[in-house]
Amino acid sequence: MWFTLDNLATAHETHEGAAHSSTGLSNVKLGMWLFLGTECLLFGGLISTYMLYRGRVGTGPRPSQVFDIPFTSVSSFVLLMSSLTMVLAVSAAHKRDDRSTNLWLVITALLGATFVGGQVYEFTAFYNEGMGFSTSLFSSSFFVLTGFHGVHVTVGIIMLLALRGMLKNNKVPGSRAETVEMIGLYWHFVDIVWIIIFTLIYLIPA
Amino acid sequence: MNTTSTTDSHATEHGLSTAGYVRIALILAAITGLEVSTYYVDFGRLFLPALLIMMAIKFVMVVSYFMHLKFDNKVFSWLFYTGLVLAVGVYCAALATFKFFG
Amino acid sequence: MAIIERPVSVETQSIAVVAPATPSSAMGALKRPVVTKGWREWVFTVDHKKLGIMYMVTAMFFFLVGGLEAVLIRLQLALPNGKILNADLYNQMFTMHATTMVFLFVMPMAAGFANYFIPLQIGARDVAFPRINAFGFWALLFGGLFINLSWFLGGAADGGWFMYAPNSGPIFSPSHGVDFWALGLQIAGIASLTGAINLIVTVLNMRAPGMKLMRMPIFTWMILVVQFLLAFAVPVITVALFLLSFQRNFGATFFDVSAGADPLLWQHLFWIFGHPEVYILILPSFGIISEVLPVFSRKPLFGYPFVVFSGAAIGFVGWGVWAHHMFASGLGPVSVAVFSISTMAIAVPTGVKIVNWTLTLWGGKLWFTTAMKFAIGLIVLFTVGGLSGVTHSVAPSDTQQTDTYYIVAHFHYVLFGGAVLGLFSGFYYWWPKMFGKMLNEKLGTWNFWFMVIGMNLTFGPMHILGLQGQPRRMYQWTENRAGEGFFNFGFWNLVATIGSLVLVVGVFLFLVNIFITARSGKVAPLDPWGARSLEWMTSNPPKEHNFDSIPTVHHLDEFFHRKYAEDSNGQMQQIATAEEVLKQLEDNADAHIHMPSPSYWPIVIAFGLPVTALGVIYSIPVAIFGGLIILMGAFGWALEPSTAPDTDFDPPSAGDTSKDVVHVG
Repeated sequence: MWFTLDNLATAHETHEGAAHSSTGLSNVKLGMWLFLGTECLLFGGLISTYMLYRGRVGTGPRPSQVFDIPFTSVSSFVLLMSSLTMVLAVSAAHKRDDRSTNLWLVITALLGATFVGGQVYEFTAFYNEGMGFSTSLFSSSFFVLTGFHGVHVTVGIIMLLALRGMLKNNKVPGSRAETVEMIGLYWHFVDIVWIIIFTLIYLIPA
Repeated sequence: MNTTSTTDSHATEHGLSTAGYVRIALILAAITGLEVSTYYVDFGRLFLPALLIMMAIKFVMVVSYFMHLKFDNKVFSWLFYTGLVLAVGVYCAALATFKFFG
Repeated sequence: MAIIERPVSVETQSIAVVAPATPSSAMGALKRPVVTKGWREWVFTVDHKKLGIMYMVTAMFFFLVGGLEAVLIRLQLALPNGKILNADLYNQMFTMHATTMVFLFVMPMAAGFANYFIPLQIGARDVAFPRINAFGFWALLFGGLFINLSWFLGGAADGGWFMYAPNSGPIFSPSHGVDFWALGLQIAGIASLTGAINLIVTVLNMRAPGMKLMRMPIFTWMILVVQFLLAFAVPVITVALFLLSFQRNFGATFFDVSAGADPLLWQHLFWIFGHPEVYILILPSFGIISEVLPVFSRKPLFGYPFVVFSGAAIGFVGWGVWAHHMFASGLGPVSVAVFSISTMAIAVPTGVKIVNWTLTLWGGKLWFTTAMKFAIGLIVLFTVGGLSGVTHSVAPSDTQQTDTYYIVAHFHYVLFGGAVLGLFSGFYYWWPKMFGKMLNEKLGTWNFWFMVIGMNLTFGPMHILGLQGQPRRMYQWTENRAGEGFFNFGFWNLVATIGSLVLVVGVFLFLVNIFITARSGKVAPLDPWGARSLEWMTSNPPKEHNFDSIPTVHHLDEFFHRKYAEDSNGQMQQIATAEEVLKQLEDNADAHIHMPSPSYWPIVIAFGLPVTALGVIYSIPVAIFGGLIILMGAFGWALEPSTAPDTDFDPPSAGDTSKDVVHVG
């Protein structure tokens, strides 16, 4: 398969950002997909740790005692919808519709912030119910996994808002549409990690 | 730039139409609803396989359509899915040694 | 990447950098470096060649540090009841020796070669993301220094380089040593991960016209496989190190057995990283000798596709063998059997390479330069280490061998006899290209033999010591454990220590060689070895932009085929000298050459990392401060174009042509 890569050099006309590369593909896009591939190893490790330890609750509460499935379902839905708004932002960026791009970027950030807000509320509730970070192996693994995810979402929100600012002030080096697309890829990845977390951690009883 | 489409598979170089993306989002929402319903409805022995399959479908749909991987050069798919398959492989093998799938 | 012309004044032979220009400001405060001289030329550089040299200097420094730690260990074990190091200090010494050699010597040295030569070998002018490249170097340097700060702040890490739980936890390792180790490795790990993404994109996307993947030099191929291994393995140890740090600093109980934890979780996470890691350590050296052997055999590499595919196979199968480090940990017979078989399998692609290298030598007109000696040394000594490795794959046999000096013998044969000899081969081979001078061959021969004899004297006896029962990580051995007859501890430990001192002389001779070469005025010819690959189609050292014009590649071993062609009898005849080949590139020089500009942000962000880490250990506000440095740095970076725009350069004053954009060449 690798040998056919070179045939592709002519297969694509210069897509935004491709800029005469050996494969005809953009450096940044290759780098971003590779990065997301590596993140699978990171989250896989955290998820595996959780799966190993989720039944080890010690004297602390069990998952079924603290999880609020309706609440988390709404949270998950919010994050899912933020993926839609993100893809609409990318679409608008490709159409050079600056107003819509900015609008959808901000809405995505707001939905993401709602999700994070929901997480903060949820974790606070857990803490008040006797499930702290070091209460048990279950609690530590849960908080590390969802915490890492939450940090990724927060970084995403910062990037979305920063991008919004940079677009407004014309400070984006290189292709604007591609930059929006790359941040979109990151954002969707954070969403699909949550798809896995929501199913494995919340919906499958320990 | 097309604004109407009759099938979801219609994609320009820059992606589906807005209607297409909304359609995908609605499907995802419906599957999520179905997943959540397993909390309330007894699926019996189908519970775990159904849940895992739904999770996988949502995952692949977001990757293929929202992240546009389905319409992009195969190199991107190789880079990403190699990481994913490797992760699933090594971590399931490690969990297996803990008799997790017992 | 968007790039603009940099004003340079040009003479025909070299590019001279002109008077400084006023840079634009970033966020109103810091002015971006545009044209740099002196120490700034190195600290703010994004040039892959400078970064490559910086990686190598850093790695060499840590090689000496790790070597000192090794010598202290050997002095302690030379005689019974050693008094040089107490038990606690001994634990720190073997932990840091291994950590330093693996993470701060071999990996950065390979990164140095990779950074310097990958763009040159594929006909590119730099890597895909030059600022990320710079950031990676500074992160590695600061990470390495951070780990070693522990020596001065309460003691270094003492849990062994694989830091098994629960010994690594706060109860059994109360000093901050393990924290410095874990956090420092996280920082260094960021360097590896970003470097991996950078080099993969570079190799996929920035090859010269005609440089198909199967025309790339083997060194480039091996480095490409290594980068994939790094990209996917580093996140696994990242998880392990986070879990450890959370346990030690924030009260989590991930590896605390009394809380119900399973220490094997650490072992799995560590070795899922750790096994690909050993291929990360060896493949670059395999790549180096795959360049050296054909050149000094005056023959092309035998079985190029097999060497490529076996390298990829090693990278691939290497993911399926990690639990062979855990045969005695209680995994159970099924797991042990599975991993035992997969471990046996991985000997096959390695054997393929040995065969191909040997057949490259066979029938060649051999030229025994120092580089060639080191390359042949690798084939012989790595094979010895590989054979003991095969004996480990037999799980019942390994049950006796594990945790003894037999294992220490194995990995030192493959790592020193393999990885290190390969790196030294690279030094002698590529020194003229990097520095314009050739290392002294006579001294090189002494260097080689002292190192080879020293290493065999040091690690050969360890096979015996291990099978006789000397455990690893034991700070002292006593007379009544020493045994009698030929296989006694006493004699062989002494031999090993003497061997290590012979090794020290060998390394010292290398440093002397560097010193006298630097002092010597003798300039190296353009193509001293009759080399075959693209990096030799440049000046010595290469110009900042590498190639005056990017060559179009028509063959594997393109440089060779520009010098030699088959005549009507099928014999290779020289059709051009190296100088003529280079001149052809220079005569067709590109009119405008675009190079990325220096930047502050890589070192600024890299600096934020150890500050954050110190804060995690001592004071959370400091950690937050470090985080802010990183955040501010990230914004500065994002707002800065990769190449300084036109307006960053002062307009030329009347009559001053020194800042005009001019033709190169």
